[in-house]
Amino acid sequence: MLMFLLRRLAVALSVVLTVSVIAFLLLHLSGDLALAIAGPEASPEQVAQVRAQFGLDRPMIVQYGAWLADAARFDFGRSFYFRDTVAALVVQRMPVTLTLGAISLGVALVIAIPLGVLAAVKRGSWIDRAALIFCALGQAIPTFWLGLSLIILFAVNLRWLPVSGSATWAHYVLPSVALGWYAVPAVMRLTRNGMLDVLASDYIRTARAKGLRWPQVLFKHALRNAVVPVVALAAVQFGFMLGGSIVVEAVFSMQGLGHLAWEAIARKDFPVVQAVVMLLATIYIGLTLLADLLNAWLDPRIRVA
Amino acid sequence: MPLLDVDHLTIDIPTEGGLLHAVNDVSFTLERGETLAIVGESGSGKSLTSLALMDLLPSKAIRRARSLRFDGIDLQAASERDKENLRGDRMAMIFQEPMTSLNPAYTIGDQLAEALRRHRKVDRKTARDRAVHLLERVGITAAASRLGQYPHQLSGGLRQRVMIAMGLMCEPDLIIADEPTTALDVTIQAQILKLLRDLQQEFGMALILVTHDLGVVARVATKVAVMYAGRLVETGPVEAVFGAPSHPYTRGLLRAIPVPGRTRPGEPLGTIPGQVPSLVGPLSGCSFRNRCDHAQDACASEIPDRTVTPGHRMACILDPVQTWAEAPALALDDRRPQ
Amino acid sequence: MTSVSASGAAPLDDVPLRRSPLARMAKRALRHPGFMAGTVVLAVLLLCSLAAPLITAYDPYAQDISRRLLPPVWQAKGTWEHWLGTDKLGRDYFARLLYGGRISLLIGVATVLVSGTIGTALGVAAGFFGGRVDLVIGYIINVRLALPVVLVALAAAALVGSSLNTVIIVLGLLLWDRFAVVARSATQQIAGADFVAAARSIGCSTRLIVLSEVLPNILNPLIVIATLEMAHAILLEAALSFLGLGVQPPLPSWGLMIAEGKQFMFFSPWVITVPGVALVALVLAINLLGDGLRDVTAPENRS
Repeated sequence: MLMFLLRRLAVALSVVLTVSVIAFLLLHLSGDLALAIAGPEASPEQVAQVRAQFGLDRPMIVQYGAWLADAARFDFGRSFYFRDTVAALVVQRMPVTLTLGAISLGVALVIAIPLGVLAAVKRGSWIDRAALIFCALGQAIPTFWLGLSLIILFAVNLRWLPVSGSATWAHYVLPSVALGWYAVPAVMRLTRNGMLDVLASDYIRTARAKGLRWPQVLFKHALRNAVVPVVALAAVQFGFMLGGSIVVEAVFSMQGLGHLAWEAIARKDFPVVQAVVMLLATIYIGLTLLADLLNAWLDPRIRVA
Repeated sequence: MPLLDVDHLTIDIPTEGGLLHAVNDVSFTLERGETLAIVGESGSGKSLTSLALMDLLPSKAIRRARSLRFDGIDLQAASERDKENLRGDRMAMIFQEPMTSLNPAYTIGDQLAEALRRHRKVDRKTARDRAVHLLERVGITAAASRLGQYPHQLSGGLRQRVMIAMGLMCEPDLIIADEPTTALDVTIQAQILKLLRDLQQEFGMALILVTHDLGVVARVATKVAVMYAGRLVETGPVEAVFGAPSHPYTRGLLRAIPVPGRTRPGEPLGTIPGQVPSLVGPLSGCSFRNRCDHAQDACASEIPDRTVTPGHRMACILDPVQTWAEAPALALDDRRPQ
Repeated sequence: MTSVSASGAAPLDDVPLRRSPLARMAKRALRHPGFMAGTVVLAVLLLCSLAAPLITAYDPYAQDISRRLLPPVWQAKGTWEHWLGTDKLGRDYFARLLYGGRISLLIGVATVLVSGTIGTALGVAAGFFGGRVDLVIGYIINVRLALPVVLVALAAAALVGSSLNTVIIVLGLLLWDRFAVVARSATQQIAGADFVAAARSIGCSTRLIVLSEVLPNILNPLIVIATLEMAHAILLEAALSFLGLGVQPPLPSWGLMIAEGKQFMFFSPWVITVPGVALVALVLAINLLGDGLRDVTAPENRS
């Protein structure tokens, strides 16, 4: 178990390092940094001064080392556009995105798991078919269009919820549905298939042979086993949601990390982009690691080895 | 009134190729304290027959019977709730796959206590004590410490013993054991069988033993029912059926057993050539006729159910035999109380 | 202990094979409602966008400032002249929709050609050679999965300048992971098969074995992934264009049409409804086709 943990940790760390190289190159492929920092009106002398001041005249590998050392201390330098450090911007915008992601994941799981269980139990019925059609539709609807349509319907026509922003919990309802929607099909299918496998297993027959009532067979014996892979998927989907929040935040004008990244990209503010890419990738890697651990913990065959 | 009365049980399974007649018109009765062995090859319908009694058939299987009664209760008319109340309490089942029949996510103790707590409304402590007692009874050492273990931590033999203990939790009137020893190695097989027989006599249960192993039948059963291609071809007390096997299929089965002292090393055992026919689509006549040495034109029409001696019945147009020269000298007396 | 020698019971589902595999596959396809619906809708959309000039006389780029934001025909002031209305520059919405379909389909096909080539090459190499090669490629897949697709695609597009070609290349370089995973496991199964060992034993080169034995045998699952990834690419292109870093105006990309319509959606919701519905229909049709293909080509894996 400990060896497994250490090995997974080593792989995760090296993936983070590789991503950091990509993020670093992203910044340095974007053109002459000194020119970008000094601004378009700067004289060649000023540009040269900036180059020396920021250490941009050093070899790439040295610059990468220095950047990585800073990044490890959560120092991503200063934004070219916003008059602030990148770290401060990220810290300021992070809560909105994390809240959005968490609520979206909750929405997705609350819809997908019961639907998946129901579809498996009523396999082949109209409920099962409707759930599968719902899934196919879910995967085909673009998040941004769903978001806009939700705004038109619930914010403009019905006036139930605010159009945009992130001030109150009500502001999170529509964005969470739009973002969570995308994860529903995958989670539902996995729950349904997992339940179908488990329901056909010998130990479910044993549970029924004991005369256990159907809810106990279903929830204690079947769902407990079927839900194990769903936990891992949920962790991965949470990572995808943080990445996908850029679209939803743009649609709903929420001042989160995604919106920050979008603005930064449009303004070629690459230190910010770099930081967000690094952060999201690291969170994703951390989540997959967490998913592995959760899986191991949920499965006594791994936990009690 | 017999404990169990099965009259013309039929199980059909819809498949893509047509209706599969998995079990056809199977009838038998069982009294308390009796042990019935249902014998047959894979696919003969013996496991489905036992699952049908528990109402645990796969959902697409269709079960019909003229009568299906347990202790006077009409199982066909019983509600789902009534059947749930019977299962695990008055009738229990031991399955053949000890590796997969226990839930990997829960401890042995939890899974053992479940049936008792479901049916008897006892507290945790009582259920736990009963579980420890039964684990000891089925020969598991350090029983109390096993309760906290998960199935994957036990060997196949131990798991099978746990399954047996689980079936006994509520002291059922009928226990159905579906190939309880197939997955185990030979020495453990013998132990488990002896255990089942002892427990059955101790608790006065009726036992149905589903097996393809005639050696097991001879050692444990009082009655035997031979199934072939979904039909009951011969049934009766073990001494009668083994002493005067009247159906050619039963004789073929018995010839396939090596008999100590008579079968010489290296000598080929009797085999039954040919294959079990497909059970899909309409069936008529004797389903063994394509493999039978005595097959005649009459075998294609309806086969009468004939009585050999009282309690010993068979389904063949041949005249029943009263004795059989080749009868293997099986250790039948082994199963009597010592 | 003795036991009866159960001489091989005939499998109960052993129905004699009457038709060729292809004919049976065709029969399964015809019976599969999702597959049929997906095929029909996709065929209609494909034909309409390819034959756009024959279907509408309007030029999708022709502006007419006097006829801006005309509503579609089912609304009060709608006319059959512009039955889906016009956009903010007075361009015929139906014409833009038809020509926009070309862009979506082009993006889908071209992206999958790029990503499929990369993913299949990596996956086959990992599955065929195993060992260190497998480890390294598995690692590359992990790195790719850790990168947030939308963000990296946006950043890359911003770096090299956004255009139709950029979108295709960037998405192609990002969406190969599922090809690699599927090609890897399929190749692992094939690499151990007897006919591959036979080909090796008669001295076939690795390249020949991969091209003539491995690839044809893993084609079915790859085609399924290709359709599903095509839908994925079309959705991503729409999102990138919506965010302003995908296909650039005046090209009639559906995502761009939604982005351009966004400012008018409160008063004229149809400006985003029309391209949105087209997008959903196209992606749904491709997904149904892909899921159907999986069931039809490999019925034993039906979920």
